[in-house]
Amino acid sequence: MAGGDDSWRPLARPLLIPIWVVIGVFSLLPVLLMAVYSFLTKEFRGGVEWDFTLAAYDQFFVTRGLFGDEPAQIEWTYITIFWRSIWQALICTALCLLIGFPTAWFIATRPAQSRGIWLFLITIPYWVNLLIRTVSLKFLIRDNGPLNEGLMALGLINDPLPLVNTNLAVQLGLFYSYLPFMVLPIYAAVERYNFALSEAAADLYASRWTTLREIVLPVVKPGLIAGCILVFVPALGAFLAPDLLGGAKTFMIGSLIDEQFKGSQGNWPFGAAASMILMTLVLIVLVFYARAASREGAA
Amino acid sequence: MKGVRHYPGFLSITVLCLTILYAPLIVIMAYSFNGSTSITQWGGLSLRWYGEVFTGPEASRFGQAAWNSITIALMASTAATIIATAAALAMVKGGRFRGRSASFALINLPLMVPEIVTAVASLIFFTTIGLTTGYGTILIAHITFCIPFAYLPLAARLEGIEATYEQAARDLYATRAQAFRLILLPLLAPGVASGWLLAFIISLDDFIITNFVKGAGMETLPTAIFGSVKQGIKPNIMAISTLMLAASVLFVTAAYLINRKGRQTP
Repeated sequence: MAGGDDSWRPLARPLLIPIWVVIGVFSLLPVLLMAVYSFLTKEFRGGVEWDFTLAAYDQFFVTRGLFGDEPAQIEWTYITIFWRSIWQALICTALCLLIGFPTAWFIATRPAQSRGIWLFLITIPYWVNLLIRTVSLKFLIRDNGPLNEGLMALGLINDPLPLVNTNLAVQLGLFYSYLPFMVLPIYAAVERYNFALSEAAADLYASRWTTLREIVLPVVKPGLIAGCILVFVPALGAFLAPDLLGGAKTFMIGSLIDEQFKGSQGNWPFGAAASMILMTLVLIVLVFYARAASREGAA
Repeated sequence: MKGVRHYPGFLSITVLCLTILYAPLIVIMAYSFNGSTSITQWGGLSLRWYGEVFTGPEASRFGQAAWNSITIALMASTAATIIATAAALAMVKGGRFRGRSASFALINLPLMVPEIVTAVASLIFFTTIGLTTGYGTILIAHITFCIPFAYLPLAARLEGIEATYEQAARDLYATRAQAFRLILLPLLAPGVASGWLLAFIISLDDFIITNFVKGAGMETLPTAIFGSVKQGIKPNIMAISTLMLAASVLFVTAAYLINRKGRQTP
């Protein structure tokens, strides 16, 4: 058992000083500062003035007409962008689950020697630069790209499918980006699954699919939930897939935030506020996850 | 009856999954060897775009970007690995101490904050403290977000090393420093190596955070590629992509082999 002797104990805190300093100063402090920025006043050239105001959140949620003299109403523009992002991330998570679970199951039930190879094949794309993967996907599915040319050569379609700049392309890009995140935790759960449970179910005349639904899925649920979190959270704040594969109509949170920090038209407090709202959404998801995980652990 | 492990259709889905993951990469690799100047027509096998990468009009821009990327990745992954090693020793071998769970949360913080939020927060932070964005700020940001990636394989490896090895050395009158240097460190080495490799790839890959903290005129390979593909995908981009793809595969294979070798020895 590691940590069995006490000789390391007095060193524990000194050894943690560097990580506390680096992450504390360059990760925690910036996030706190960002929270402060979201309450500051926008400066003309794309910076801030240190006057505290709720203007950024007001701009996000409330509209008072073009000249600001009409009665306050709910501003739908940004809520719609967030809603679209949440929706896209949810669909992406569902798709990844649908493909990811059978894949993870298949790999986990291979003989020990070939399992490593299958797993390795799944992990490689995860380590390939996300930008390069997204560019490759765009190249493949663009109007006169190999996919459309191939389908036309086969006579399946007459005109190229207009995929790029659609929601479908963004969806495909998100799915393609985060699929490995789904497979790996489910694989870890299935690998620990006791197949005697399935055998017992089969002995009691449960069909394969009944066994899957009633026995397997409840048992591997922690892996499924972990996979869903790992896909949903980055998909929600994704920037590359919507930016490269989508158009104006597929604008997502990532692009909205990015735009606030580009050049003089930007609005730093508004960008900080949008980031805060995104982070709040992510935190809610993580808290749900933590509660579900501790319930699973208690059961 | 093929047993309870078998579900019809799961093999096809796995094949579909791998096809989706690999098809775009294989296509871009294949087209990087295309001899034609048009990206749509096939003009026979050629290495001309690879030549273009090193000698073409954009060669110096991409060369400088690659240099920045590699030097930053080398320094960031090394610094992150040293910091993560110290932290892993404290967390795994330090027993229970006050602030342990807070430290655990802090180590994982960069993984829990969405990348775009980290990017925004870093830009705001550097601007506020008056640090000019550029090479230095990229390096600081990279060290920070590489730490958890270096930490995870390191801590996992350290948990697998039993304390008895060190105790045996101490029983044979090794000093604490000797026991660490001659026993623990060699046993931990595969974890250090795979942590470093993963941190290196993570640094090399990063686009979003770098794009926010790089400042004007400074480019890393991903930001240079992004700037270029905004005007359309050119063949030299495909060649660069293929080279980077090959580098990633090489690194991951190395990490995988080192890890496997490490697991065979105790």
